Amino acid sequence: MDRGSLLEEMYRVVYEGEVHRAAAVAERALEAGLDPLECLDLGFMKALQQVGVEFGTGEKFLPELVAAAEAVQRALQVLEPRLAALRSRRQALGRVVLGTVEGDIHEIGKRIVGSLLGAAGFEVVDLGVDVPAGTFLERARELQADILGLSALLTTTMERQREVIARVRQAGLPVRVMVGGAPVTASWAEEIGADGYAEDATAAVELARRLVGVERCG
Amino acid sequence: MTLGLLPPDGPERLHAAALALLEEVGVRIAAPPAVKVLAAAGARVDGDRVRMPRNLVEQALAAAPPHVPLHDREGGRVAVLGEPGTWFNPGSCATRWLESDGRTVRESTASDLETLLALNDTLEHIALQSTALVCHDVPRQVGDSYRLWVALATSPKPVVTGAFSAEGLHDLLDLLAAVAGSRDALAARPLAVFDACPSPPLKWAHPAAMNILEGARAGVPLNFISMPMPGAASPVTLAGSLLLHTVENLSGLVLAQVAQPGARVIWGGAPVVFDMRYGTSAMAAMEATLMGLAAAEMGRWYRLPTHTYAALSDGKVVDAQAGAETAAGAVLTVLGGINLVSGPGMLEFALTHSLEKLVIDHEICGQALGLTRGLRLDPEALASELIAELGPGGNYLACSHTRRHFRSEFRLPGPVLDRRDRRTWHAEGARDSWQQAREEAASRLARPPRRLQGPRREALDAAMREVFRRRQVSPPPHFLAHLRPDR
Repeated sequence: MDRGSLLEEMYRVVYEGEVHRAAAVAERALEAGLDPLECLDLGFMKALQQVGVEFGTGEKFLPELVAAAEAVQRALQVLEPRLAALRSRRQALGRVVLGTVEGDIHEIGKRIVGSLLGAAGFEVVDLGVDVPAGTFLERARELQADILGLSALLTTTMERQREVIARVRQAGLPVRVMVGGAPVTASWAEEIGADGYAEDATAAVELARRLVGVERCG
Repeated sequence: MTLGLLPPDGPERLHAAALALLEEVGVRIAAPPAVKVLAAAGARVDGDRVRMPRNLVEQALAAAPPHVPLHDREGGRVAVLGEPGTWFNPGSCATRWLESDGRTVRESTASDLETLLALNDTLEHIALQSTALVCHDVPRQVGDSYRLWVALATSPKPVVTGAFSAEGLHDLLDLLAAVAGSRDALAARPLAVFDACPSPPLKWAHPAAMNILEGARAGVPLNFISMPMPGAASPVTLAGSLLLHTVENLSGLVLAQVAQPGARVIWGGAPVVFDMRYGTSAMAAMEATLMGLAAAEMGRWYRLPTHTYAALSDGKVVDAQAGAETAAGAVLTVLGGINLVSGPGMLEFALTHSLEKLVIDHEICGQALGLTRGLRLDPEALASELIAELGPGGNYLACSHTRRHFRSEFRLPGPVLDRRDRRTWHAEGARDSWQQAREEAASRLARPPRRLQGPRREALDAAMREVFRRRQVSPPPHFLAHLRPDR
């Protein structure tokens, strides 16, 4: 398969949300000698951003957006080691590490936020649910994250957001922290020293853009 | 008269599918003490995954009582859930408050909750109250118990509530026991329903599972509120979501009956439509109501009291959408025979409460409840003799039959649902339903409240103080203001 058809294939697996094929397509591209950065920018991410645009105009819906973002995540797992070896970093708006705090097993809100951030051009690393403070800290440091996103859906687990922020500050990590979740409010975010709070996924994208210093466009 | 949506063999098929899933897939329960009692009862346990064999589920269903009585603060029986009838309560638990300018929304406070419940106390068609609002001006550690303190102090109506943590349950039980006289008295005459919500799909978080375990042992009625989100946390099909709902509620029921055979349980739910454009959970969507009705059919098939969230709106202000969605939900759940309906007063996916909306919804609930009476066809009601006697051109306005029955035949709404002629309406100020509701709320709030007083009030306050001490927080200003002698 030539470069052009491979890029087309990458675009298609994401655009059509063929999650289970994404890793195989990424592997095939690497075997064919394609630059992993190019695979992302001209293939996988290009498609995700297009899905994001069509989501914005009401032509695509959340299941399509989330599947596209998930396909990109699968492809990234294959491409990341190669990118790291090449010491190249993508021209993303910023790198976001996000997860649901320890003791909390709620997933959906965080996944939608991750998908929308990906579609908006951020590089997203989703740590999953029930993530201990130490893991947030380690991964944010290791990945040189620009933004750390902490989700909590229970009033009892909100306190964990405070704990993660305290540890991030104590460690002096240069990362901006955003918090979200049903019980979370702007005043809570302020109280625990977060850099921002977003009420929903769209607001989270705007907030993330502000936090990395990109003006809101459109 | 009860609306049926499932095919005749529907409940049986759903039950069979649910049993198979409980046995083969099971649920995840993030509370080791709960897992332990289930293992001892015969569940197959692998870490926090609990698979429930068929006979365990059937035994639990057989042990669950068909009726749950609810009493008010003074001991009077207000409802027997499981018998025919619908009892409304303001939905729980919103985090925002729509101010009386109709536009401003802000974080809710303890004083908002007190006002809402004082108003609710005057609304006869909303038989129960609830810990409807999160009080943002109260320390988080006592967020659940303080709401209940406000409810018990403000209104005698039975309370729909819930604990935010495993420890919180005991705080709440202490407050209730202080009012009821003792924990035994509380168990004999339940004054509160405790909501316990699984985290879809097929998971119970630690607080919910512990609340079931210890709530069952304490004898409080437990309301299982499964909340499938079609296409996000459950199958996108309504039937698949209903099946998931059935599995989750059954798993909660098994835990309750294993903890305490005969534990009082309610087959509840908060069905939503997950909006694929905005990612919101539309609670007033027609398909959500449809799921609520079908879930209640399952509950009735199991001979259990039923509950759902309905008679609320996803609109942001009290407008036509708010009225339409609330009325549709109220009418359908009353016709569907659902016992406990949470929702009146609520907007915006159950996030926001409004005094004015509660007043409007009260009249909607009153009209909806009128539907349960059906039609009597006895000779006095059929009035064929009267029709014969008066013949063509008869004057029914003047006859004694009319005077005898007009008061009981019709529920007259008002002042919000308006039936005046236009000229009178103009002459009396030409107010729309929002303005009427505002005035009505104010005039109802001016009535003398039915606050708890005397020795039981002292006991309730002492129990609350003990909770502050145990949780190491200072009493919030709202609490201290209540103790001032000028109140």
